[in-house]
Amino acid sequence: MTPTLIFLGLLMATVVWWLVRQSVNVKPWVASAPSGAHQGVGQLATIKVGLGVFLAVATSLFALFVSAYAIRMELSDWRPLPEPNLLWVNTGILFVGSVGLQWAWRAASREQLRGVKQGLVVGGVCAIAFVIGQLIAWRQLNAAGYFITSNPANAFFYLLTSLHAVHLFGGLVAWFKTITRAWAGSEISSVRLGVELCAVYWHFLLVVWLILFGLLLST
Amino acid sequence: MAQVAHDASAQVGPLEVEDVELYHPKTFIGKYIWSQDAKVIAIQYAITAIAIGLVALVLSVIMRLQLGFPNTFSLIDPSNYLQFVTMHGMIMVIYLLTALFLGGFGNYLIPLMCGARDMVFPYVNMISYWVYLAAVLLLVASFFVPGGPTGAGWTLYPPQAISPGTPGIDGGIILMLVSLALFIVGFTMGGLNYVVTVLQARTRGMTLMRLPLTVWGIFMATVLALLAFPALLVSAIMMLLDRLLGTSFFMPAMISMGEQTAYDGGSPVLFQHLFWFFGHPEVYIVALPAFGIVSDLLSTHARKNIFGYRMMVWAIVAIGALSFIVWAHHMYVSGMNPYFGFFFATTTLIIAVPTAIKVYNWVLTLWRGNIRLNVPMLFAIGFVFTFINGGLTGLFLGNVTVDLPLSDTYFVVAHFHMVMAVSPILVVFGAIYHWYPKITGKMLDDGLGKVHFWITFLGTYAIYYPMHYLGFEGLPRRYYAYGETAFMSESAQDLNAAITIAAIIVAFAQLVFLYNLIRSLTKGKDAGHNPWEATTLEWQTTHTPPRHGNFDELPSVYRWAYDYSVPGAEHDFIPQNVPSEELVAARSEHQEA
Repeated sequence: MTPTLIFLGLLMATVVWWLVRQSVNVKPWVASAPSGAHQGVGQLATIKVGLGVFLAVATSLFALFVSAYAIRMELSDWRPLPEPNLLWVNTGILFVGSVGLQWAWRAASREQLRGVKQGLVVGGVCAIAFVIGQLIAWRQLNAAGYFITSNPANAFFYLLTSLHAVHLFGGLVAWFKTITRAWAGSEISSVRLGVELCAVYWHFLLVVWLILFGLLLST
Repeated sequence: MAQVAHDASAQVGPLEVEDVELYHPKTFIGKYIWSQDAKVIAIQYAITAIAIGLVALVLSVIMRLQLGFPNTFSLIDPSNYLQFVTMHGMIMVIYLLTALFLGGFGNYLIPLMCGARDMVFPYVNMISYWVYLAAVLLLVASFFVPGGPTGAGWTLYPPQAISPGTPGIDGGIILMLVSLALFIVGFTMGGLNYVVTVLQARTRGMTLMRLPLTVWGIFMATVLALLAFPALLVSAIMMLLDRLLGTSFFMPAMISMGEQTAYDGGSPVLFQHLFWFFGHPEVYIVALPAFGIVSDLLSTHARKNIFGYRMMVWAIVAIGALSFIVWAHHMYVSGMNPYFGFFFATTTLIIAVPTAIKVYNWVLTLWRGNIRLNVPMLFAIGFVFTFINGGLTGLFLGNVTVDLPLSDTYFVVAHFHMVMAVSPILVVFGAIYHWYPKITGKMLDDGLGKVHFWITFLGTYAIYYPMHYLGFEGLPRRYYAYGETAFMSESAQDLNAAITIAAIIVAFAQLVFLYNLIRSLTKGKDAGHNPWEATTLEWQTTHTPPRHGNFDELPSVYRWAYDYSVPGAEHDFIPQNVPSEELVAARSEHQEA
């Protein structure tokens, strides 16, 4: 359970630090008129906080899978499977997708709608290409006889890759909403937030994939 | 005691919080069925949770009839008994208590108490309820599939849960796992709302340190649930794959019914780690909202500020953080490394410290308070008693050497029912009696409420106290019948019969409560806006029940939620949205008159 505990430890430390800042030297029993400094509502957009909380939940989920992987790996029947070289290509594609959305984000903050559209297309196409690439990698492994039931290492490989792909699909739904809005020619300010959220989510899934891929390679 | 700061009379600027665009329901269906109003969603959650909870209550009565009077009733066979144990536990812990505290009270109280118009993502909030309902319906469906619901025990330990011979191996276990996965998805949608609403949608002046403890409890419980439920999701997914595709995540090589199964090398202990990594925080997911609500009930009805508010907040946070590093105390008999046992016993005893702080503070809140012994207060005080009793046996079971002989006996059954079944449910009742006037505009009947309280409170002691003795004798849990067991005294069976009679009486007393709930809708006394003379924002709304959007104008908050019996104030309570200059004006008018 170490990976999960490390993640939770960091998260809890953040929560405690935040709470200390909110509560030290505060005398709750003292009445006072509301002032700007006491404003509860943060400066961040609510939807961004929502995404942040969701990413914490998703991180918890992946950390638990990694923990389960680490515990199950110790048992004697574990036979690591060879990673198809295609996975390197897929990793590259996912990286390009992340760069594309970062590009779109930058363009959005500079109010360049063309750049936003280009970046969004790159990000979405790469995500779809990545999922197709993962499916091909599955077929290669299946053809080579690495079935899901034949070894826990295989089972974990299929499970982790599909879980990651499911999260990517969820991102594509948000991406689709953003890109239709961008194409409808609405104001760039109404697209900017969506682009930013997509970019953050794509980066998150890239980091998760890099960790999972590293785990698969090293074991 | 409240002090008035010097800057309290400073000029208050216009409201800085922007009003949000609310969705406007046009039809009956939009208003009450596919509603995005957190208050309606709360009631939907509560009704569904209570309905499925009643099913679990009936299951427990049937089990008690079998245990108390074996060979008398032929209602169930041994398979049914295991199925009912499983469903009773799972429903009560997850589908009733978690859903009711977070989906029910969370949805109703968070926006009102924070001074928000609604949850921040109302559409997602609506979906959350419908996914929860689907999860409940799938669970109920498992009663009707061939083979019935799973009988693996609420912990669903493999290899038992998916081995031939366990009841419900065909459809029941699959439906259970899918239902749990759906519940978690639905909860995550709701949970995002609860957390982000507390963080982002508080009204002007509502600092974190002015939030009522109810909101703190629900907030921290939601954080725990968001982080811990994924562990249950992971174990449910992996067990589903083991069951459906034949992988061996958890399933070891074994011979079942004389045949070698296809499984090989899996680790049942891995499942236990994942399950309890969820399972222990789950205890606090249920307990922390109860802690928060009971703090507010005690303070309001004792007309006294909560003792040690900041300590209470920190205790909630500390309990939440520590609850992630005690999980293996549920696994002392799993054959783990003894050093681990030492570690987890230590953390278990440490978590008792913030918990004890809370208990002391509740008692000190009552001390020299102007106690109004109404029904919500009775339930709140009943909770403190029961929680102390159940908590103390937790210290027994938290120690490895004491736990080993007591593990899997009725002592454990008695412990967890006292601490995480009866205690939270007493708070649920107290909270319903407390907030029903705001939700419906009518008071619940006081006399019926007191009958309900005394039968429930004393009755649960009649049920669970004797179970401690049965546990000491070594009576194992989850057995359909005990027969002539040599180590058990003959009187053990008499005790079991007495427990069953008490259980039936308590179960029927709940009908009084249901009758009261329904009758008071039409025949109850009008409640007015603030029948308990409480300070928190939900009691300061212009309309009772609050309309869509909660407040006519978003309130500004000037003080914490605990200004009761403030010396010099005209009334013995000062609502959170009353500025100090109004008080001063009221006082001088009073003196002139």
